[in-house]
Amino acid sequence: MIIRVTNLRREFSVGIETIHALDGVDLSIERGEMVAIMGSSGSGKSTLMNILGCLDRPSSGTYELDGKFVSGMGEKELAKVRNEKIGFVFQSFELLPRTPALANVELPLLYANQPGDRRARAVQALERVGLADRMDHRPNQLSGGQKQRVAVARALLTDPALLLADEPTGNLDTKTTEEIMRLFVDLHDEGRTVVIVTHEPEIAEWCTRVVRLRDGLIESDKSVEPRR
Amino acid sequence: MNFSPRFIFQTILLAIRQIRTHKLRSFLTTLGIMIGVASVSTVIAALTGLKEQVLSEFESFGASKMFIFPDRPDRDGQNRYPWREIKLKERELRGLVDNCPSFEQFSPNTDFRAAVIHGRKEVPNINVVGIWPTWHDIENRPVIMGRPFVEADEIDAKPVAIVNDDAITELELPPDPLGSIIMVKGRRFLIVGVIETNRTGMMSFQPEQTEIWVPFSTARRMQSPWSFFYVMGQVKSPDLVDEATAEVRNVMRTMRQLGPDDPDTFRVEAIDQYIEQFGKVATGITAIAAGIVAISLLVGGIGIMNIMLVSVSERTREIGLRKAVGATPSAIMLQFLLEAVVLSLLGGLIGLGLGQGLALLLTIPEQGLQSANIPSWAVALAVVFSAGTGVIFGFFPAMKAARLDPIEALRHE
Repeated sequence: MIIRVTNLRREFSVGIETIHALDGVDLSIERGEMVAIMGSSGSGKSTLMNILGCLDRPSSGTYELDGKFVSGMGEKELAKVRNEKIGFVFQSFELLPRTPALANVELPLLYANQPGDRRARAVQALERVGLADRMDHRPNQLSGGQKQRVAVARALLTDPALLLADEPTGNLDTKTTEEIMRLFVDLHDEGRTVVIVTHEPEIAEWCTRVVRLRDGLIESDKSVEPRR
Repeated sequence: MNFSPRFIFQTILLAIRQIRTHKLRSFLTTLGIMIGVASVSTVIAALTGLKEQVLSEFESFGASKMFIFPDRPDRDGQNRYPWREIKLKERELRGLVDNCPSFEQFSPNTDFRAAVIHGRKEVPNINVVGIWPTWHDIENRPVIMGRPFVEADEIDAKPVAIVNDDAITELELPPDPLGSIIMVKGRRFLIVGVIETNRTGMMSFQPEQTEIWVPFSTARRMQSPWSFFYVMGQVKSPDLVDEATAEVRNVMRTMRQLGPDDPDTFRVEAIDQYIEQFGKVATGITAIAAGIVAISLLVGGIGIMNIMLVSVSERTREIGLRKAVGATPSAIMLQFLLEAVVLSLLGGLIGLGLGQGLALLLTIPEQGLQSANIPSWAVALAVVFSAGTGVIFGFFPAMKAARLDPIEALRHE
């Protein structure tokens, strides 16, 4: 079990009102699954993703990631967990401007305090996503699809337990979307756990399991036959 | 908060790259610190040069020289201490010569201004100084031509004079003026010797360089009865200054019959008192310069803080990303703090370079401050203080960056 979430609640105070973004969510994800988390805006999927990504802490309930209870951790420990266990892929890539692809990919290792050849690992990750010939290119010299590949390489760098993608194809055209989704499928086939947060059914089609949220609760949770 | 050297090194590289990306903006930001450090280090360099020059002049002047002046006590004053009582008397001068064993020798010194005529050339207002033969030794000014004053000149109050080479020019005397006659205040004087003009400048009390000396006793006869003299003495060794002072006070107070509660009606000064006084002035100027640098660092620091706040808000998404991939708040803090420190340190170093350049300019002209330089303590202080400015004024923006919520930061704009 990679992820085990029980009775997860997250409340926000807006003025005198309290919004229950997550209202008691239970969810378990096995190692090697490829899960789509879907829902309309306001369903709580972003809040769930933030908590799964250790960027936010639940108001109550527990979250166990790769054998560790992260729900009780402080900011510093969470940073370490994000560094070691989670690889993020964002909708708008979030590459550092004016910085070569290789240096962008290396970034998580700056905060890792691990021995070893960072450069070699970054080169390997870029080769894995098929950008061996773009290492010295800056983001403004790369296409959208290439940028997202760099971001995926960066997410893979610390060999995380969970690949967490937030609308990874939201800024890409149909053809590039398919390319990126095939990359995720490949990574899934290699045994990685992938969680994709999306509101597009076409993206969910690629996954082995679809979890739908509505009003802070899980509406449905189905295993599906993925498109290949 | 312990970071590996590798992390710190990489963070410094990052800061340098950030500064290079915004060259103009970074330059303008540190301009305040640059100008502040440059101007203050120049002032300190000038002061150091001035100090060295003055000290060496004092040294050539003689560290074992002392002066005795008539002096009206500060308190009480008008009629209790009339000038004719305070004035030094020749009797007292003899008393000093006989009763102060710490002194090698004494010479009185008095002057008056007079019209001096040589042939058809008349110079209306020349300073004429009356001295004893011992003066040559005390002042270390031997004759370069002819002879110095001797005891007989003094005893007989002879009408003889010694001139310096500037006087030869001004009075249109022959190149070898020995034996020439000049008229001083209507009296004929025979020139017996020539002394080199003292050109060290700063310590010569009279603005003009023409000097004429006559025997003390001769001078006294030509002066008005109200005129006065002071005494210069040479102590046997600079270590004896305190003892010598005590001897002079003892002799003078006894001869003036001053009671135990009466203040001194004279003043004894040693050269090192002047050095001390100059030291006080130099310290004062240094303190003012330090004040200026404090203000300029404050102004410069505000500039740094401003640009760092801009930088934090421009790079909000980057901060969010860094946090998402595992940067702790303290790692983000360090990144922005180091950027501020590198920025202000750069300003300080460029400022020091400019200051060094200006200090070099000071040493160029002939009469300039040959030994003007920025002492190493000032270099160290400039470096420490400009880095400190970066830490202090970078702290708040760095704190702001460190506290950013990664979710909010990634959603920014």
